[in-house]
Amino acid sequence: MLGLSKKDTSLLIIVCILALFAPFILNPFPEGSAMAQFNAGYPDLMQRLVIFGIFAIGFNILFGLTGYLSFGHAAFLGVGSYAAIWMMKLLTMNVIPAIVVSIIVAGAFSLLVGWISLRRSGIYFSILTLAFAQMSYALAYSVLTPITGGETGLQPKYTDPRIFDRALEQGESARANLFGLQMNSSAELSVGNWLFTFNAGYYLAAIVMIVAFYMSIRIFRSPFGLMLRAVKSNQNRMNYTGMNSKPYTLAAFVISGMYAGLAGGLLVAMDTQVGAERMFWTASGEVVLMTILGGAGTLIGPVLGAGFIKYMENIVSKINKGILEQWFAFLPDGIEDLLITLVYPFIGKGWHLTLGMIFMLVVIFLPGGLVEGGQRVAAMFRRKKSNPETPDGKTTPAE
Amino acid sequence: MDAIVLQILNGLDKGSAYALIALGLTLIFGTLGVVNFAHGALFMIGAFCAVTLSRILNWSYTVIDESQTDFLGNPLKVDVPYVHDWFGVQTGDTIIDWAVPLSIIFSIPVMIAIGVIMERGLIKHFYKRPHADQILVTFGLAIVLQEIIKYYYGANPIPTPAPEAFAGSYDFGAMLGFDANTIIYPYWRLVYFAFAAVIIGAVFAFLQFTTFGMVVRAGMADRETVGLLGINIDKRFTIMFGIAAAVAGLAGVMYAPINSPNYHMGMDFLVLSFVVVVVGGMGSLPGAVLAGFLLGILESFASMSIVLEFIPGINQIIIYLVAIIILLTRPRGLMGRKGVMED
Repeated sequence: MLGLSKKDTSLLIIVCILALFAPFILNPFPEGSAMAQFNAGYPDLMQRLVIFGIFAIGFNILFGLTGYLSFGHAAFLGVGSYAAIWMMKLLTMNVIPAIVVSIIVAGAFSLLVGWISLRRSGIYFSILTLAFAQMSYALAYSVLTPITGGETGLQPKYTDPRIFDRALEQGESARANLFGLQMNSSAELSVGNWLFTFNAGYYLAAIVMIVAFYMSIRIFRSPFGLMLRAVKSNQNRMNYTGMNSKPYTLAAFVISGMYAGLAGGLLVAMDTQVGAERMFWTASGEVVLMTILGGAGTLIGPVLGAGFIKYMENIVSKINKGILEQWFAFLPDGIEDLLITLVYPFIGKGWHLTLGMIFMLVVIFLPGGLVEGGQRVAAMFRRKKSNPETPDGKTTPAE
Repeated sequence: MDAIVLQILNGLDKGSAYALIALGLTLIFGTLGVVNFAHGALFMIGAFCAVTLSRILNWSYTVIDESQTDFLGNPLKVDVPYVHDWFGVQTGDTIIDWAVPLSIIFSIPVMIAIGVIMERGLIKHFYKRPHADQILVTFGLAIVLQEIIKYYYGANPIPTPAPEAFAGSYDFGAMLGFDANTIIYPYWRLVYFAFAAVIIGAVFAFLQFTTFGMVVRAGMADRETVGLLGINIDKRFTIMFGIAAAVAGLAGVMYAPINSPNYHMGMDFLVLSFVVVVVGGMGSLPGAVLAGFLLGILESFASMSIVLEFIPGINQIIIYLVAIIILLTRPRGLMGRKGVMED
């Protein structure tokens, strides 16, 4: 279907189902119950899950296929966001021009950065991309304040020209919309104790994510994708066969930059604001974490990683000491106190500690990320039935 | 003219910090071939060694002093540090005042221990893995270390003053023949620069003039042959990792009075230090030191108001800009050796 193999089609269908039924899947616990805090079915979080999924899918096209580790991808997300908000300020609050222009601008910017950075590889490439991202961040914060709004960032204002929209009435605020359908409008469905929210913005982002995912499958399976893999496994050999790897890596860099711009544009479409901190290098580090955690070089990995990190960030940082005491209340006092003291640093504000720990454990023990973990578990069950030819699920390339 | 001298002086202290961190990074890279993203965290831990020691010295117990009264007429409760009991009031106060310099002694064993544990416990397992994996695992470690510090010390910067004796500023202008009060420079920054120079000198002397250093240099050049000669090079490299950690830690200890330690200072310096290492040339120790001072001074020149009038915002990006230009025109950096990390 759609030019995909059977396996990829089923993967795409799984992602479609996950994305479209997320309001149900992420809301498994009834309203008001003790477990309700683990529900993630509210629009803001769901939007972030899919948007950062797009970001990570794009990053994976560069890092997963070519092995070039960029530490500056947040710059493209930020540039895309700024482009989108300017479209909203100048043209219309409709999200379509904003998103399209954000992709184009981020693509152009990544062409420039990639053209320079890709002259080097390895650690130097990482440092160059990091340098460009930090420069963009510093400039957005200081000199470019007329364009970027500096520390306060940018929001749509009453005084903006917005030439395609009708003038706003007194006291009315500009809202992002898709041909009149407001992004923050939601339909609610109440079944028993459960309350499901279907948000227009979320569904827009989810459909874009599915398209982005489909395109990444096509790229992975195309001859172009094979070329990128060749860059990763042995660039020298590729050069010796008379192939110039630069156009391929540059194309991959620009594609992943455009994905980042798309994510930035969607972020603006959802919350209509942007600040320079989106471009800080820790934001670039975050997308690296997502991709590695899920499994770099796999199709589904980055989506899983992005979802896992954003979900855990929201949920873990909400747990506080009171909730912990509630959980461990059934234990004897001494053990309860001990457990609370042990767990407390990892929850609430200590979320980054948990993240760092998980990330280190994944890099040390599971270099293939969550996907490899899943495969190992699956292989463990499968081995009992029949003896597969490659027990570790990997094939070694012929040298 | 005086403005130029002032900018050079201003660049020295930041340049010293860059140079020290970059020196440690290069030591680790040159010996073990590991790209250590947790090096900034070691710098930060060093600064928190100073905080810790000054807190330990300030440990006190409360006594009720009958001779003094508070504004309600009740006897005043006075906190008496334990050091007063042990060394007398006079000496005790001096010790508390000199907490930061004393932390140097305190931090060296701590930092070496942390470095050795890090190398043996974690980084040892990553020699054979690709550089990307090394970057990622040390990046994760940096996050963990930083968050642990944040958990115990809080997120706010903790002021850690220098000793009273170095509190003021020195009027260089008068000394160099300019007008008085044109070039004023805090004493502590001079101390920092001198300290950095001593440390850098000590590291170079250690590598150049001791048998241990000679073996390490031989190992950097050809690890395998040194191993075949029956020398346990791994052990020496582990010790070098400890020394590199101690250098970063000492840079942090002495930096505490200049910039109140907070949990993310390591990350702030790390990014710049990596740029410094790359500009200096991967694996070249003199290159790292030279580039550290050079970029520190360039940064402070770029923040002069005359320069900012011509090119606004240049002070924010000068280091990155220089790094990009150097990387593209001199791929090995200023003093990089042939064959190190070339791909």
